[in-house]
This record gives sequence, C-alpha cells and structure tokens, in this order.
Amino acid sequence: MALRLYTRFVAFSTAVLIFAGGLVTSTGSGLSVPDWPNTYGWFMFTFPLEKMVGGIRYEHSHRLIASTVGFLILVLAVWLWRVEPRRWVRRLGYIALAAVITQGLLGGITVLWYLPDPISIAHAGLAQIVFCLTTAIALFTSRSWASAASQPVDDSMLRRLTVVTTAWIYVQILIGAVMRHTDAGLAIPDFPLAFGQLIPPQWDPKIAIHFAHRVGALVASALILATAGHVFYHHRRDGALVRPSALLLLLLAAQITLGALTVLTARHYVINSLHVVTGASVLVTSLVLTLRAHQSRLGALGAGTAAASIGVGRVPPERGAFEGGPAGPTRTGARA
Amino acid sequence: MRSRLHRLFTGGTLALTAAAALTVAACGRSDEAPPPPAAVSNPVDPATAGAITGLVTFEGTPPASEPISMDSDPYCEKQPQNRTETVVVGEGSGLQNVFVYVKDGLGDRVFPVPSTAVVLDQKGCRYVPHVLGIQVGQPLELRSSDNTLHNIHAVPQQNREFNRALQLTGMKHTHTFSTKEVMVPFKCDVHKWMSAYVGVLDHPFHAVTTGNGRFELKGLPPGTYTIEAWHEKLGTQTQMVTIGEKQTSDVAFTFKG
Repeated sequence: MALRLYTRFVAFSTAVLIFAGGLVTSTGSGLSVPDWPNTYGWFMFTFPLEKMVGGIRYEHSHRLIASTVGFLILVLAVWLWRVEPRRWVRRLGYIALAAVITQGLLGGITVLWYLPDPISIAHAGLAQIVFCLTTAIALFTSRSWASAASQPVDDSMLRRLTVVTTAWIYVQILIGAVMRHTDAGLAIPDFPLAFGQLIPPQWDPKIAIHFAHRVGALVASALILATAGHVFYHHRRDGALVRPSALLLLLLAAQITLGALTVLTARHYVINSLHVVTGASVLVTSLVLTLRAHQSRLGALGAGTAAASIGVGRVPPERGAFEGGPAGPTRTGARA
Repeated sequence: MRSRLHRLFTGGTLALTAAAALTVAACGRSDEAPPPPAAVSNPVDPATAGAITGLVTFEGTPPASEPISMDSDPYCEKQPQNRTETVVVGEGSGLQNVFVYVKDGLGDRVFPVPSTAVVLDQKGCRYVPHVLGIQVGQPLELRSSDNTLHNIHAVPQQNREFNRALQLTGMKHTHTFSTKEVMVPFKCDVHKWMSAYVGVLDHPFHAVTTGNGRFELKGLPPGTYTIEAWHEKLGTQTQMVTIGEKQTSDVAFTFKG
C-alpha cells in the first residue's frame, strides 16, 4: 500500500519537475545561475532564500526540485529492490535512477556549455522518459494492474494503435523541444492560420520547425481520437481502458488550447510551461493505455506476480528465496 | 522482453558514463586566453595625425523611453527608476549610444594594445555604460557595484561566449577578447532588462556618441576611411571620409525612426 502511494507521489513529483523546467525555459532563466552544481558558489541546499531573485528564482528552484525528485527516485529504486518480487520491475527502478542521474548531469552540462541546443533538447527529451518510467512503475505496482492480470486485453489493433500513438506523441514533444530551444515558438505569429494562410507563404528553418509542430499536433490528435474511439467502441465496459482514454481526450483538448494560447499570448511563461507539462501528461496517459493494451504480453514476464507485492493473492515468488520482500508473497487470478 | 530491458539498462549506464565524462570536460573549460601581443607596425606619426568629428541625429518622433519594471528583485526595485535605453535622443535630436568606428582604411597597421582596463559596471541594476568600445587584447574589467546577485553573460558570434557570477558588491572579473567583433551583446540573465554592447576592434579609432549625439575619432593618420555608425535598434550606416595631414573632417549620420 505504502509503495503504491509512493510510486504515485514520485510520478506526480516528476510532473512538477517538468513544469519547473518549463518555467526555466519560458522565462529565459537557464543561465541566470552560471555555476553548477553550486549556486553562486553556495552549496545548492544552503543557498539563501532571500537571494532567489529574478531568473535565479526559476533556475535554482528547478535545481532543488530536481534534486528532490532524484532522491525520491533513489528511494524508489531501493524500495523496489527490497520488496518487489518482479525482476523486470526492479530493473525499471534502476533504469529510472540511471535516467534521472543522467538527466541531472545533462542539466549541469547545458548550463556549463551555455545551453547548446542539442544538449538542451536531449535534456527535455530525457525528462519525458523519466516521467514515463516513474508512471510505468506506478502502474505496474498498482492494484488495478494486478487485478487486470487475469483478464488481459487481447486486441492486436489496439496494441498497434497505442504504440503508434505513444511513439508519435513523443516525437511531437521532441519537435516541440526543438522549437522551444531554437526560439521558434513565435516564428508563426498567428493561430490557427499561418501568416493568414493554411500553409506559410514564406519559409525559413524556424518557420519550418514551428509548422512541423502544428502538423504534428494534428497527426497526434487524429491518432488519439482513433485510439480513444477504438476503446470506446470495442472496450466500453473495461474501465482500465476507458478511464485513460477519457483522460487522454481531456488532456488533448487542454493541450491544444494551451498551444493556441501560447502563440496568442506571445509565449506567456505560465501558459507556455503548462503546455509543456500537459504535453508530458498526454504522453504518459497514452503510455498507460499502451501498457494496459500490452498487459497480456508483459504478463509473460511475471506480471501475474504483481499481486504478490500488493497482497491480492498468492503465487510463488519469481525469485526462489524472496530477497528482502515481505514473507509469503501472495496472488491468485485477481479480477476474475 | 528481458533481454530488451537488459539492453535498455546497459544503454542507460553507458549514457550516464558519457554524461559524467562530458561534465568533467565541461568543468575543465577555461576562460578565453589573451592573444599574444602583436608587434606594432607602421605606427601613426602624431605630427601628421588628424581627426574625424561628427554628429549622429535621429529624424522623426523618437519612441518614448519606458520605465522598466524591476520588481523581480527587491534590491533593484529600490534603485532609481531605470528606463529603456534602446533609443535615447538628446538635445538637437542627437542620438546617444551610437558606436562609431573606422571600419576600413587603416591598411596593415598594427596598433599597440592599451594595458588600461575598460570598465563595464553593473550598477543600479543596469549596465554602465550601455555601449562601449575596446581593443582586442585590452582588459575589460567587469564589475558589480550592486548589493544583489548578477551574472555577466557575453553572447558573441566570433569570440568565445562566457557567463560569470558576480555575487558580491565590488566583485570583478577581467576578460580579454581575442577577435574583433562589432558588437558583442552582454546580458544579465537574472535581470532580463539589463543589456550592454561592446565593440571589439583591432585599433583604437572608435567612439560612442554622447547625450548630444556627438563623437570624435582622434589621432588618425591621413587617408580615406570607411566610417560606420552602429545602433542597437536602428542598424548601421557607413560613409567614406578623407582627411589630410593634421586635418579634422566632420561627418554627419542621420537615423530615421
């Protein structure tokens, strides 16, 4: 129970971190603290609060939140190592830890090298991966995952749709990151048209990347609508699929609105940052749907033992002698 | 799936190692080294040197100077109100903060590099001066007179970018540029409104217009020169000017708003 709540808290914290990172970029504060890992010569955690002024407020807050999330993921990895019977879930914890450490190093490098676009874009892209990992861990340790294990979805069309949708959303986020870090966010200043036309009448690299983001949004919207439509039509009684599908539609509507407002408000920093974190939320919601659609395949890895860690039933532990977990892990068929 | 996870884990570890190596490399970056002083060649004869004086004016209705909101820093908020310095027009429509310099005509002369530092101060939450000129190899003393945190961030195209913390009142950092460049923008990422521009040249013939738009380039050898006037918003203008021995030529630039 405690682990389940903790994984959700970690996933939520990762979203907060992404929002804080969005604020840093949106306010142009990435270089307001020139040194790293120190802050103006202070050890990060001893930096005086009253000196958090101007751009430092955003950059230093981002560093503090990032350090906290890094620590939370460290605890999560250790916790999973101690109590989680499924080896592949434990390994996800280690991967999340490696990813968040790499993410921190990328953040440091991008400051020390004055925000080179490739590093900054990689930093943005890896942030999404970390969020995906913490969300996946929260899903795999959830009660609903365990209870659905006995009635896995067997729908090859849904499996294909969700994979394509999630992959495209990630690509779309990367295009957005390129747009942000190459300062192309207002390269097309109007919305929904581009310079008053459907297709921009003039082109340069910034206009091209901005327009690619808009076209990418249309493709992502079509894929999300197709996925959600498929779920509502073929699996309307399956709450584990319907709930994320409905959430996906809500988030999509919010994300399109925020994207439009980002242009129309000339990139207001709060709206711009909300656009970033909502995009990340669209991605992980689609990922949840994808993983649920693939649960039957993941089950072959020992998904059935998921219940072991949350006490739904009883099955033999994956490891012969349970390594540090609760004595007598249990599981039965769950939902049926 | 297991082997896939294993590969992913291995890949993550490799990425971590690479990132750590990059960090070590990043920490080892040093500031721009001053170029070795070049031998002075074909020095200017003071007995024949002349000068170019001039006036830069603004034609039209100048944009109003707007007060800058500095409430993101309580210290800055208490300072005298800063106003935008983008277009500053003084008496007689004189345009301030125009960098005027000899762009061409000096041939292969090599000029001595002054050892005296040029000062760029962060004072009252603004850069003072807003525009200045310096020679390649000449020390630029960057300092903060403010009791708040500033960073000093140069964003050149030809020279190496740098970003330094000035966290104490009176703190200084000295920098030298290795390549001529007109202009090198400076900013403070803590306080978005702070900006300055530094013209880096390989000769001493440069000036910044004062409040009445006037400038003077002294000690020029006789010859024909391309003079350029640069303004941060209004762009550049050039004129050809010829001066004889001990002669002073006058030139006028007009920027339209």
